[in-house]
Amino acid sequence: MIVIIDYDAGNLRSVQRACEKVGIMSEVSSDPERVLSAEKIIFPGVGSAESAVETLKKRGLDNAIVDFFQAGKPILGICLGLQILLDHTEEGNKKCLGMVSGACERFKFSDRSLKIPHIGWNDIQINFKHPVIEKIKDGDQFYFVHSYYAKLIHEEEIVSYTEYGNMKFCSVLAKDNLFATQFHLEKSGELGLKILKSFGDWNP
Amino acid sequence: MLTKRIIACLDVRAGRLAKSVRFLDTKDIGDPVKAAKEYYDDGLDELVFYDITASSDGRDIMLDVVENVAAQVYIPFSVGGGIRNVEDANRLLGAGAEKINVNSAAVQRPELISECALAIGTQNTVLSMDILKVRESREFPSGYEIVIDGGRKRASIDALQWALRGEELGAGELVINSIDADGTRDGYEIALTRMISEAVSIPVIASGGAGEPEHILEVLTEGKADAALVASMVHYGDYTVREIKEWLQSRGVNVRLRY
Repeated sequence: MIVIIDYDAGNLRSVQRACEKVGIMSEVSSDPERVLSAEKIIFPGVGSAESAVETLKKRGLDNAIVDFFQAGKPILGICLGLQILLDHTEEGNKKCLGMVSGACERFKFSDRSLKIPHIGWNDIQINFKHPVIEKIKDGDQFYFVHSYYAKLIHEEEIVSYTEYGNMKFCSVLAKDNLFATQFHLEKSGELGLKILKSFGDWNP
Repeated sequence: MLTKRIIACLDVRAGRLAKSVRFLDTKDIGDPVKAAKEYYDDGLDELVFYDITASSDGRDIMLDVVENVAAQVYIPFSVGGGIRNVEDANRLLGAGAEKINVNSAAVQRPELISECALAIGTQNTVLSMDILKVRESREFPSGYEIVIDGGRKRASIDALQWALRGEELGAGELVINSIDADGTRDGYEIALTRMISEAVSIPVIASGGAGEPEHILEVLTEGKADAALVASMVHYGDYTVREIKEWLQSRGVNVRLRY
């Protein structure tokens, strides 16, 4: 069973429906015990990192996610669920889970034609092959909605890059049993569903 | 590189499409769920549903439509029409919508925008504006006025000032719907779209007037829109979503063609 972590951060049902569509059994839970006993977890999220981190702590889910990672079981982070894996975010100046070295910063452009949030479909440039994106080609497009981007310390954890204006940021990261996308794979059409399906099949 | 989005707009009344929609190889012409699926399969980037039902019964039917669309369509979609408070917004999001569009109720009570932004996130809060061209004056320095209640009532608010206020209150995107251009199929209101897009730092979706792919090209380049809303031109089968996108690509507009 895959557990989708409920921490009041967004549309969990979209993720759950996408799981159903690709034949993955899932359940939504905010119970740390349930999370720890799952085979795999999905850590989704939209909205503000500040309140998300608070809610995770309040429910004891922050430790559960870190323990789950250390137990070597597969984790899929989506959007805010990628950003919170890092050490720190500029959004509300919050300390995050620290599972991946790096921090999130806000997009800043002098060119006013570059809108924030970065909303819409953008392509990924694959940095290295990873089993969860084995069906994805360089240049495939996915749906993004975010104002902050992940700045990783270790290049070998960056699976793909995406460009917005003059910014090139990490759009997919992976570290051992952890895999995360900045884009919403549950809202990225059939290509997004392919990634989800591959995560379901992944045995790191 | 970020692509320009093509968004299809579907008006729904009591669970059925308000305009009869003609599809190339389907017989059911009024089912919004089926229409959504067709466009999705054809590479549409995003969907907007406007619930033009007045009754509360109709609202529940709309929730069913949203549920059914969400079960088949894996691209973002928003719902607008009659959203008056955070509870309305949450119900639609719970049913599977990605974003909500507020319009008249936000003009009457601007805090609705900040309440939604706080509860469901700025990026999910879209401010939709119906706009009428008027004479430039002290009251309307931009030469455009906001209208509400489906274009029936003038709001005595300058359109540009309302756009800036909406951004400040926490709207994540703006829909610029020109009442003058709406339904004409003569092209978008370019000057209006450009003026607002240059003034705000959030994405702008142009709406009203699309009849030909050239119109979309014009509003995405000269009009500086980030996305274009289409209705009749795809509903009546004049163009498919794919045809529009391929043509735009051939004219140098970056669009999503891999799906």
